[in-house]
Amino acid sequence: MSNLSIKHLLGIQGLTRDDIETIFSTAAEFKEVLNRPIKKVPSLRDTTVANLFFENSTRTRLSFELAQKRLSADVVNFSAASSSVKKGETLVDTVKNILAMKVDMLVIRHPHPGAPHFLANKVNTTIVNAGDGTHEHPTQALLDSFSIREKLGQDLEGKKISIVGDIMHSRVALSNILALKLQGATVKVCGPATLIPKHMESLGVEVSHDLDETLAWADVANMLRIQLERQGEDDAISFFPSIREYTINFGLTTERLERLDKELVILHPGPINRGVEISSEIADSENAIILEQVENGVAIRMAIMYLLANR
Amino acid sequence: MESQVLINEEQFALILDRLAHQLLEHHEFNETDLVGLQPRGTRVAYRLAERLSELLDGKEIRCGSLDVTFHRDDLGRRDKPIAPQENIMEFLVEDRKVILVDDVLFTGRTIRAGLDALLAYGRPKKVELAVLIDRRFKRELPIEPTYIGQQIDSISDQHVVVEWSEENKSDRVILFNAKPE
Repeated sequence: MSNLSIKHLLGIQGLTRDDIETIFSTAAEFKEVLNRPIKKVPSLRDTTVANLFFENSTRTRLSFELAQKRLSADVVNFSAASSSVKKGETLVDTVKNILAMKVDMLVIRHPHPGAPHFLANKVNTTIVNAGDGTHEHPTQALLDSFSIREKLGQDLEGKKISIVGDIMHSRVALSNILALKLQGATVKVCGPATLIPKHMESLGVEVSHDLDETLAWADVANMLRIQLERQGEDDAISFFPSIREYTINFGLTTERLERLDKELVILHPGPINRGVEISSEIADSENAIILEQVENGVAIRMAIMYLLANR
Repeated sequence: MESQVLINEEQFALILDRLAHQLLEHHEFNETDLVGLQPRGTRVAYRLAERLSELLDGKEIRCGSLDVTFHRDDLGRRDKPIAPQENIMEFLVEDRKVILVDDVLFTGRTIRAGLDALLAYGRPKKVELAVLIDRRFKRELPIEPTYIGQQIDSISDQHVVVEWSEENKSDRVILFNAKPE
């Protein structure tokens, strides 16, 4: 096994295919650890990790924290809402103060794209991006690929993966596209024209506005969350006329799936808007691997932090 | 690269056979389990289990294989990370006698990690250590084997490699004067 080529996990951009294979083979062993009677190993017992969340999160934050605890790391949590950020402290100052307390690794979520990259140039520590604005969410993309490979087999070469929904605002979409392309998969994005950015094809993906056609083509559907917070408020731009219309055109419903009459692996990064992008029955069905994604998330994050600390 | 065969195929079979008999002297295998340390200790453990089973009229010998990678004490201190291997422990060792098995005992650090990893599966009544090769004089921890295939005196620059017929080689032990690629 070779070292990761990276010092930080800032995004899928910058990772090599070998890095992905190293992360996945390590994560597979951590997944076994998580199924033992005692789910804890002492690997990071001399490492202190700070989780810096400048944006709300349930899943990712819990998943990172559990991963750190399973690795025996010391963990401190920070959320912007209850911090000196409110008093006007800059990001670099906040981070430098935290590092002065001898912290070895930072996990950061920030509303601004590029915040982890900016920090990586300013401070001397290991940084893991837990989502930066609409840019990247690398650990989510890795756990998605890992979960897909558990279902479809380890070789994604030529496999057809569709990503459906709000591509424009989704960091999950960008990271997924980069990760899947790196593993040789064919990717198609599908959504209303208003939610697909210009020049999408330059990433090497196909674009469709027809969900039925996309699903008929695909082996896997990754149903993204419609970001309701960006809809319907007075000062917000409306990207589609109504949620009902969105569901009719782009929602994954039982009728739609039955019409297809084939096995489709369904992912959703959560949190789910039941009845909007995916119907309740499908979200709870056997085809959906939503809870496997969450389970694998802890193993993937353990592998990443373990491998970065190993450098 | 300079190398010499320390143990050939014939001696190899004799040593494994002797180890199996030595284990039988001390254990009836009613409450004893073998646990090989991944990757290469597992091979020794499965071979021993197979031989013991023959000697005990087909009795089933419980044999696990323990991966100690995440319990090592040299995280971030090596040039290259060690790849974790599959961990197969399908039983608990609470109140059982455990024989840890490895191919080469050198610094003792892997065994230390193995003792630590074993704790996840309960509190054994007793733990012993069986090794195919004991490279004495280079121990970094106070760990000594209970059963020894063969003792070898070698300097630290030298490298001992155990080859297996399962890996399409013949069963033998080779001493290299430098670390092989």
